[in-house]
Amino acid sequence: MLRLKNNFSIEHDIAGCGLCGIINIKKIRTNGEDIKKAIALEHDRGNGLGGGFAVYGCYPEYSELYAFHVMYDDLVAKEATEEYFKNNFVIEKQESIPIFKTSKINDHPILQRYFMKPKSDREDRLFSELKDDDFVVKSVMLINSDYDGAYVFSSGKNMGAFKGVGYPEDIADFYMLDNVEGYMWTAHNRFPTNTPGWWGGAHPFTLLDWSIVHNGEISSYGINKRYLEMFKYNLALKTDTEVIAYILDLLIRKHGLPVEMAMNVLAAPFYQTIDKMEPEQKELYTALRQIYGSALLNGPFAIIFGYPDGMVALNDRIKLRPLVAGTKGDFTYIASEEASIREICSSPDVVWSPKAGEPIIIKTVKTNAKTAINTENISQKQRLIIS
Amino acid sequence: MNMDGDAKRGVMTAGGTIVIDAKEMHYKELNKIIRESILSGAKNVLLENVNGQYYIGDGIKGDDITITVNGVPGNDLGVFMDGPSIIVNNNVQDNIGNTMNAGKITVNGDAGDVIGYGMRGGRIYIRGNAGYRIGIHMKGYNEQIPVIIIGGKVGSFFGEYMAGGVMVLLGLDNSEESVGEYFGVGMHGGAIYLKQKIDFSKYSKEVEFLEANDVDMSFLKKYLLEYAKDFNLSSEELIRGPFYKIVPSSARPYAHLYTSAAF
Repeated sequence: MLRLKNNFSIEHDIAGCGLCGIINIKKIRTNGEDIKKAIALEHDRGNGLGGGFAVYGCYPEYSELYAFHVMYDDLVAKEATEEYFKNNFVIEKQESIPIFKTSKINDHPILQRYFMKPKSDREDRLFSELKDDDFVVKSVMLINSDYDGAYVFSSGKNMGAFKGVGYPEDIADFYMLDNVEGYMWTAHNRFPTNTPGWWGGAHPFTLLDWSIVHNGEISSYGINKRYLEMFKYNLALKTDTEVIAYILDLLIRKHGLPVEMAMNVLAAPFYQTIDKMEPEQKELYTALRQIYGSALLNGPFAIIFGYPDGMVALNDRIKLRPLVAGTKGDFTYIASEEASIREICSSPDVVWSPKAGEPIIIKTVKTNAKTAINTENISQKQRLIIS
Repeated sequence: MNMDGDAKRGVMTAGGTIVIDAKEMHYKELNKIIRESILSGAKNVLLENVNGQYYIGDGIKGDDITITVNGVPGNDLGVFMDGPSIIVNNNVQDNIGNTMNAGKITVNGDAGDVIGYGMRGGRIYIRGNAGYRIGIHMKGYNEQIPVIIIGGKVGSFFGEYMAGGVMVLLGLDNSEESVGEYFGVGMHGGAIYLKQKIDFSKYSKEVEFLEANDVDMSFLKKYLLEYAKDFNLSSEELIRGPFYKIVPSSARPYAHLYTSAAF
């Protein structure tokens, strides 16, 4: 029997992995076939110990409800967790996550999903005034750390994470992602080197609507973890990537930083670069470094960050992991290897690599918007925002 | 005719070229067929529909062998290669020509990161731009001088810890500065030539920035003419000076870092 919790005496995770992302800026939805093909090309970047996907726009019929994806070791864990849900949430619908038993994925936890919203008269209202988002975060933290054998791996609205132990193309078949549709997909192929591959340790890592897939090693994990704990984030998964999802929740949702600025906290410009800036910029970046020094990510990384309004690709400040982007019409593709993009888009309009520490931000537009992706001077841009 | 056994997907054409359709083929199979083709005496191998296959042409020998790649090859192309030529008609990914000993890689598009790492001989010609860490730890070996020529611009760490060999950065079709940060940091051997003058004061303190002299130019000319021919460029324009030269000011820039003895 596999156990989801407390199995491993591990400090953090080091991984060399493969990443992919696809976004349609007009929010046209496509099924999971392309992302599966793209990440399958990077098969040899992983070792079968973790694969996963995040998809946005997959639950339009429940778009106002939090979609919880939960994995359980056993029925006891399920019962205890569902008791908590019943007491605190209005559950509109609950069901097993549809799976197809493939021979490639042989040992899996119980996988359930719940569409729900926090009760207005829930117990904690007696002594606190948490907003719904905050209560969901608190619930995720509580279940992941205190409910033995239960793990919430997705808790956003109209989005979901699908992940597990296996190669990503097999995980895609297992969750039947050809039946799932979304306007944005991210994918991960894992090669864990310091920790065992277990279901909860597969990417993406999500919290509310944020999702992260990551290739690299966050050597600042300890500092980031202690910093997040001051804000009541509970790092129960002992995997470095987890800190990125929570830091972005803190910066963007709680502190109200624009996405681009949050990226400049994760990969802050070096002081020698800041020294060369104009006075106003210099003041801003100095302040960001001083306030958010403990949120800085050190070590090699390439990440793809998903949120409802867009997708961000970001490298560490000296580019120690690969990341390539390409566009075709309303689609933008991000991957660890150019071949991955060409596997699903044989003649992209433009292919380029982000500069170290400088995010590529692809924002969605209104469906009737005239502007397509502006690819003019892509290689010349310091910070690229496509919208 | 069709070749037998495992090499059945390699087809010999009338001109004596072996054509391999690499579509959806795993790199292990592809490289096996390439090696078997060379063993069976093929001098020209044409790879069609390549997309992401790793290790193409790694460790192969033979000065008269040419591999032509249509598609984007995967990482580690031409690693440890000792003599043959590889022509890529598209972009290449990362780590090509790692520790290459002899031969030539010609890329008609852009290149990814870490090209020519620890290279000790042979030539790598890139028509477009290249990524980060180009020519780091490049060294040369006895009489061998490895040469990398980049047509466009490069990312940071160009020539970092370079110990030998020659790199040329042409900066063609570029309005912006053609190099990133940490240019030539820790360089202690070899030479880098630039076709465009840049403000070198903001880069490495361990190197000197000079105008290339006649000896430099006669050395460069041979390679630049070949580069112009390979990419169908005007050789006259390409070799027109002045070029600028970057050489290390010391063979041991960090000698003082761990010991008190400077030299």
